[in-house]
Amino acid sequence: MSALNEARRDRLRATTLGCVYQSFNLLQGYTCLENVLLAMAFGAGRDRGWAASLLQRVGLGHRLDYYPRQLSVGQQQRVAVARALANRPRLVLADEPTGNLDAINAAETLALLRETCREQGAALLLVSHDRDILAQFGRTEEFSDLNTPLVTAA
Amino acid sequence: MVIPLVVYKSLRQHLVSTLVSAAAIALAGGLLMSVWVMRQEASRTFTSVSGGFDAVLCARSSKLQLVLNAIFHLEDSPGNISAADVETVLKNPNIEFGLPIAVGDNYQGYRLVGTTTELFERVEFAPGRRYRVAEPGRPFAMGEKEAVAGSFAAQQLGLAPGGTFHPFHGLIYDETKQHAETFVVTGVLEPTGTPADRVIWIPLEGLQRMSGHDARAATDVSALLIRLKQSNPMAGFQLDMLYNKRGNKFTFAWPLGAILGKLFDKIAWFDRILAFVSYLVVVVASASILASIYNSMNERRREIAILRALGAGRLTVFGAIVVESAAIAALGMAMAFAIYAAVVGAASEIIRAQTGVVIDPFALHPVMLVAPTGIVALAALCGVFPAIKAYRTDVAGGIAPTS
Repeated sequence: MSALNEARRDRLRATTLGCVYQSFNLLQGYTCLENVLLAMAFGAGRDRGWAASLLQRVGLGHRLDYYPRQLSVGQQQRVAVARALANRPRLVLADEPTGNLDAINAAETLALLRETCREQGAALLLVSHDRDILAQFGRTEEFSDLNTPLVTAA
Repeated sequence: MVIPLVVYKSLRQHLVSTLVSAAAIALAGGLLMSVWVMRQEASRTFTSVSGGFDAVLCARSSKLQLVLNAIFHLEDSPGNISAADVETVLKNPNIEFGLPIAVGDNYQGYRLVGTTTELFERVEFAPGRRYRVAEPGRPFAMGEKEAVAGSFAAQQLGLAPGGTFHPFHGLIYDETKQHAETFVVTGVLEPTGTPADRVIWIPLEGLQRMSGHDARAATDVSALLIRLKQSNPMAGFQLDMLYNKRGNKFTFAWPLGAILGKLFDKIAWFDRILAFVSYLVVVVASASILASIYNSMNERRREIAILRALGAGRLTVFGAIVVESAAIAALGMAMAFAIYAAVVGAASEIIRAQTGVVIDPFALHPVMLVAPTGIVALAALCGVFPAIKAYRTDVAGGIAPTS
């Protein structure tokens, strides 16, 4: 991946990766449907039916034309999940996706994220400080282990 | 293409600054087009006003004064020529037709011009168009105290066939100098879009013999409007030689368009300054687009980073800002045509009131294509500066949680 030039990395990001952030990062001027469609525009191309069915899947079928500010934080993160899956990615990156959510929403969102990734056949790579969350996953890596220098200067 | 959607969303999100910037462009673009069209149309129209004549002959004076007096009815008369001289001049084989006029009186500021009924019978103020008296009405009769009012003068003074008025002495209205004579309006001219609309036409003797005028000069005329023999292409040159170069009694103003053209040349610096000011205003308005987008770049940083994270290339976010800037200008230029219509409409109305000359405010003009294109291009160029900032946006920094 690091061997690709910038334009190809942009392309790779659009077509292969989906991202879910702690702070949602939805575009405020776009409706839920438009947020998902916009992600598609950079990747596989806009498909209104698919975007609507994704939002349906995350339980927001009745909120397609709502703007993010009109939604609860839990709902906003569910839009972000739908957006991450818009281009049928092979890998979904989630950076503290539950960090800004209350306990109930956090549990629901995490379950949704795992289920939808499984349904779409996408690998899920999730970063969290929360041991309870980490315990649900099949494989966990400690950041401190990854950050160990392999070679030490003499 | 995703850029149109992104641009549309951004314009809506920054609606107030979009509208303010577009309004600035509308004013600037409207002003620029107005200045351009007015300076060109005014000089084109004025230099083509001839009343249907090729030249004016009068006592020795400046040609410009002669044209302004006899054709535009604006200036003072430089002096008179005697009836005998008129007769001699008219015998010149290079002259096809001459119409004498006499000036010196007004009615409430609108000039009385004495002439003969040949005005209605022989003069074509534009090819195929004669001065016609509107129904109901008839031309004045020679020897009677009758008048035919130009359409604009009639409208302003409330003159209609059957109405009467007492003229005032002099070309400038002075209410203490009323003549005793009563003139009867016999008709109103159909609108011509020429200075003839702003005067009241009366029989030549009516003016010459007005009470209080010098009886010794009663057969003099103020000027002779001349149509040259079309069969002799050198007629104008020969008369110019005869009266201006060799003679010293008359001034022969010919060709009319060139004389007024020189006036426009003399004041050309004035409209060059106007044009320059309008360019400056356009630059300022374009810079205001730059400033408003540039100032909003901080709040846009996050959105741009999100777009980049979704897979938008640097060139896409760069292009979106440039197109947004151009789109604001395009929106402004659409409104600029309304400003243009208002400014030019008002200006041409003022010109008509002051001179009788009608300038077509909606004549198509190349500047109407060039100005919008140029201003949109300039705005796109202004958009490049904030776009560079967008191009350089740090994606990781932009999407990091702000809390």
